[in-house]
Amino acid sequence: MQDIVRLDAVRRTFGAVAALDGVDLTVNRGETFGIIGRSGAGKSTLIRSINALEKVDAGRVIVNGQELGSLDESGLNRVRANIGMIFQHFNLLSMKTVFENVELPLKLAGRPRELRSKAVWRMLDLVGLRDKATVYPAKLSGGQKQRVGIARALVSGPSLLLSDEATSALDPETTLSILHLLKDLKASLGVTIVLITHEMSVIREVCDHVAVLDQGRIIEQGEVWQIFGHPRTELTRRLLRTVRPLLPQTLQAQLHSEPLGAKRLLLRLSSAELEREPLLLTRLTNAHWDGRVVHAEIDSVQGHSFGTLTLSLRYRGDQTLAALRAELQPPLDDLEVLGYVGG
Amino acid sequence: MSADDLQLFGSALAETALMVGASSLLSLLLGLPLGLLLVITAPGGISARPAFNRGLGSLINALRSTPFIILLVALIPFTRWVVGTTIGTVAAIVPLTIAATPYFARVAEMSLREVDPGLIESLRALGATRWQIVREALVPEALPGLVSGFTVTIVTLIGSSAMAGAVGAGGLGDLAIRYGYQRFETGIMVGVIVVLIVIVSIIQVAGDFIARRLNRRV
Repeated sequence: MQDIVRLDAVRRTFGAVAALDGVDLTVNRGETFGIIGRSGAGKSTLIRSINALEKVDAGRVIVNGQELGSLDESGLNRVRANIGMIFQHFNLLSMKTVFENVELPLKLAGRPRELRSKAVWRMLDLVGLRDKATVYPAKLSGGQKQRVGIARALVSGPSLLLSDEATSALDPETTLSILHLLKDLKASLGVTIVLITHEMSVIREVCDHVAVLDQGRIIEQGEVWQIFGHPRTELTRRLLRTVRPLLPQTLQAQLHSEPLGAKRLLLRLSSAELEREPLLLTRLTNAHWDGRVVHAEIDSVQGHSFGTLTLSLRYRGDQTLAALRAELQPPLDDLEVLGYVGG
Repeated sequence: MSADDLQLFGSALAETALMVGASSLLSLLLGLPLGLLLVITAPGGISARPAFNRGLGSLINALRSTPFIILLVALIPFTRWVVGTTIGTVAAIVPLTIAATPYFARVAEMSLREVDPGLIESLRALGATRWQIVREALVPEALPGLVSGFTVTIVTLIGSSAMAGAVGAGGLGDLAIRYGYQRFETGIMVGVIVVLIVIVSIIQVAGDFIARRLNRRV
């Protein structure tokens, strides 16, 4: 069985608002699948429908080959026990120690005490919190709390881990360490991860596949490097801007949208294969175009590099763009006139 | 104060201790499950039963809105049925419990409702049954609040027990009314007030201490 989670035409409405409006999704065993969207896009409802914390109104949710809609409460509890979940606000029991928090899933499943203790110590070692076993969560930092959350979610050996904005309450450095921990645990335990986030950097750091959710619909999905290299929707482009800086403010201020009296134009080239275009710069920086690089970035995601290059070129009237396109063979994926500058 | 007076104080104190002790324990045993029921059957609770919840809420409100002195008299037939008598210290325990149970149920409900819904959700996500959610999350997380609430309930019961003299239950309140007020023995009156202040202070300090020791959130 290749897919561990499958959603077929899933709908969920709250009053007149459709939180999920016909979502189809397939998560393959062993991958990390990211769902990104702005707040209110339906991400939370989507991830909660996978462990039936949220019931769906229509469509099917299939996890490990079981259709959740067909199960009663005790059947759902068995499915949930095989799905770990981590949360934005960690949701640790404040009256239990770190050890007892991690032990809880095993206790709920009725495992004998000796077995529980062995599994808990192993998880605490994996998340690096062995020395905090007897401490209460209030004494831990945010990153440590999330490590406890991860240990609790994985202690019973689930095949699937759901991550609900697990790094959104953490600072960038801690976020990175938690993401690396997830990556390591995925490799060592072989767990499949489905995560939701509003941060493109999270997707970039850990995900194999990504789906972009907007107003309860998936507007774009694919391998992360493809989405990063060829964003097809405006929303995705906007989300990408958080990881890919825009033009510097000073340059932005000089830009005009009309070519009136302009001598140069600012052009942004994007390509998934920029590095395979060794002659591009040579061609554009010749005397003919007098190209100058004003801003550039080459990025690498999942071993694929792509980038954007912003050049200032000599403006040569209405035909400039057509002439440029004709000259750039093979054509680049994306060629965008940002504006015109006087001098 | 004479030896007789001390004797009076001793037995009044014992009667109050019996009435308050027994009725506070009973109201804990009865009120906590009621408070839990109020929380888990509320809309959005882990076992939502809105109609049942409204019914239970109304019953609790009805009991709470009856002044204790009236409840004391109104419950006489019920008291006779339960303990076989309507006068004396033991008989007073019945109306005291009936009065304190809904009070503690509401106080417990408040503490239980304060438990972070995220914790309940995380237990649901682990496949916990409702009973497991109650046992592992709801009650332990609310424990400091429950202890504080129980402390307040005991103090309230001490106040109510002063009226139990009306059914011949004795106790410190009865001592103050009969000796201090009706026989103009000001010394006894002042003595009762001082003793009550000391008892209430001890209970409050002890309750606060336990609640603080139990709290792991700081």
